[in-house]
Amino acid sequence: MRDAFIDELVALAAEQDQIALIVGDLGFGVIEPFADRFPDRFINAGVAEQNMAGLAAGMASEGYHVFTYSIANFPTFRCAEQIRNDIAYHDLPVTTVAVGAGLAYGALGYSHHAVQDYALMRAMPNMVIAAPGDPYEVRACLRWLVANPCPSYLRLGKAGEPRFHAEVPAVAPGRWLTLKPGEKMLLATGSALGAALQRSESSHAGYGVASLPLWGMDHKAAQPGQVERVAELVTLEDHLADGGFGSWFYESLSGRPEAVAKLRSLSLSSEVCGLVGGQARLNAIGGLTCAQ
Amino acid sequence: MEHAPLAAAGPQDTVDLARRVRGQALRMVARARASHIGSALSIADIVAVLYGGVLRVDPSRPNHPERDRFLLSKGHACVAVYAALAETGFIPRETLSTYGQDLSPLMAHISHTLPGVEFSTGALGHGLPFGTGKALAAKRRGAGWRTVVLMSDGELGEGSNWEAMMFAAHHGLDRLTAIIDYNKLQSLTTVERTLRVEPLADKLAAFGWAVRELDGHDHAALADALGTTPWQPGKPQVVIAHTIKGKGVSYMEDKVEWHYRSPSPELLAQALAEIGDSLEEGRADA
Repeated sequence: MRDAFIDELVALAAEQDQIALIVGDLGFGVIEPFADRFPDRFINAGVAEQNMAGLAAGMASEGYHVFTYSIANFPTFRCAEQIRNDIAYHDLPVTTVAVGAGLAYGALGYSHHAVQDYALMRAMPNMVIAAPGDPYEVRACLRWLVANPCPSYLRLGKAGEPRFHAEVPAVAPGRWLTLKPGEKMLLATGSALGAALQRSESSHAGYGVASLPLWGMDHKAAQPGQVERVAELVTLEDHLADGGFGSWFYESLSGRPEAVAKLRSLSLSSEVCGLVGGQARLNAIGGLTCAQ
Repeated sequence: MEHAPLAAAGPQDTVDLARRVRGQALRMVARARASHIGSALSIADIVAVLYGGVLRVDPSRPNHPERDRFLLSKGHACVAVYAALAETGFIPRETLSTYGQDLSPLMAHISHTLPGVEFSTGALGHGLPFGTGKALAAKRRGAGWRTVVLMSDGELGEGSNWEAMMFAAHHGLDRLTAIIDYNKLQSLTTVERTLRVEPLADKLAAFGWAVRELDGHDHAALADALGTTPWQPGKPQVVIAHTIKGKGVSYMEDKVEWHYRSPSPELLAQALAEIGDSLEEGRADA
């Protein structure tokens, strides 16, 4: 996903000179294609995320679409107030990019486990959450964000994720992308798409699979209508249940008991907090994936 | 889009403008039963010098692309800036009388929804990083406008400011100017007793900034320092403005309680008399 991100960002930046990239002293072996080609639009802000977010907002107020890039919780929790006040409140086109979604850096410990970031970022009005499920969705989300500049959060895995789509899909906030049709559906966001496909062939055999890569506070209205068309819906996310994607989905069905009755949510148990290990192992311990 | 060039507003009588800023600020706070008058009086002279000629801004074209960008990082002192915006024609004076009312455009921390206001603050430590981003954008695009950030002394406890100071110096943002309103009082007691900033000038110089210290109520000194930048090419500059919290009103000066209190009608009358308030037309309480 990292490679799709930088490759697509370079392609977009070649056409649109308002795109700038600020990194928080991370991205070795990833961001060089952008830094080398657009040195006047690349900044390494150093290990200083509050300033990174604030100066991104300042640049965005002068016409740039700024991507701030770091890993796990550093570009979000560390500078949450700058995102809330400077970026979201001022409705500025800054895309906060976090690499290492969920438990992608499982071995690096709790500091690097991004399992509460949806809860933080979706609490802000104006904020579009972009959680692509495969490298093609990364490109699709980036194209949408550049075409629709806004306060946004792009949550990426690491590298080497499989492709689940055959091509770059057309995406829009709140709209499901169906990968496997079915009357009963598994609906994943972000890196949980692989878990959904795995479950559709094991614990949830016979279920269809869809992905919802773009969502947020302002995009709940489209969900009840999409739920009407299915018999059962299971949301999946590599995030804790509290404040996450499933919670967002429940909120979108508020006041519709017939729709809520169809809904189940799979997320990570808080048991994973404090454990270290490979992503697959931790996702299984957390209950997102079936035990191998 | 073509824009006619901007010129600085030209020398106004900034002492009179500061008097009007103080008068309006006192009336707004008294009427709204609001806090932070001490902070507003502390910066009244700085704001008057900025809006009275230093800043290249045009009230009829508040979004002119070549305007200087002014950011009030200590957003709680907003009434001084609201008053300056009204007294220099950015907003109608009558708008000031809405301060403290429900749904007023004048929030009790400075708000970007108002013409002439670049950035909303209220949480401290946000103005300098944001201004650094503006200054970097200007530099990368070869623009000629300046960015001026007015901050407080207690605000220097926020680490984000020091992050921005390192960044601005590293990138040679010499069209960025910070002004520290050094009134030496913060929320509960003195800065010295809370979280020491001294030796402040040495700290700022060590961070790579050009530093000047002056009396923040001396208009000639302020105009001289702020009028011509950069002081040293390749370095951002910071004015350490030694000020008195509550300046101009005897019973407020250097008193921490006027971070919170609002003057009674009797105390307001005394305050207006002491500052030599001359506002008759367009008074905010008219």
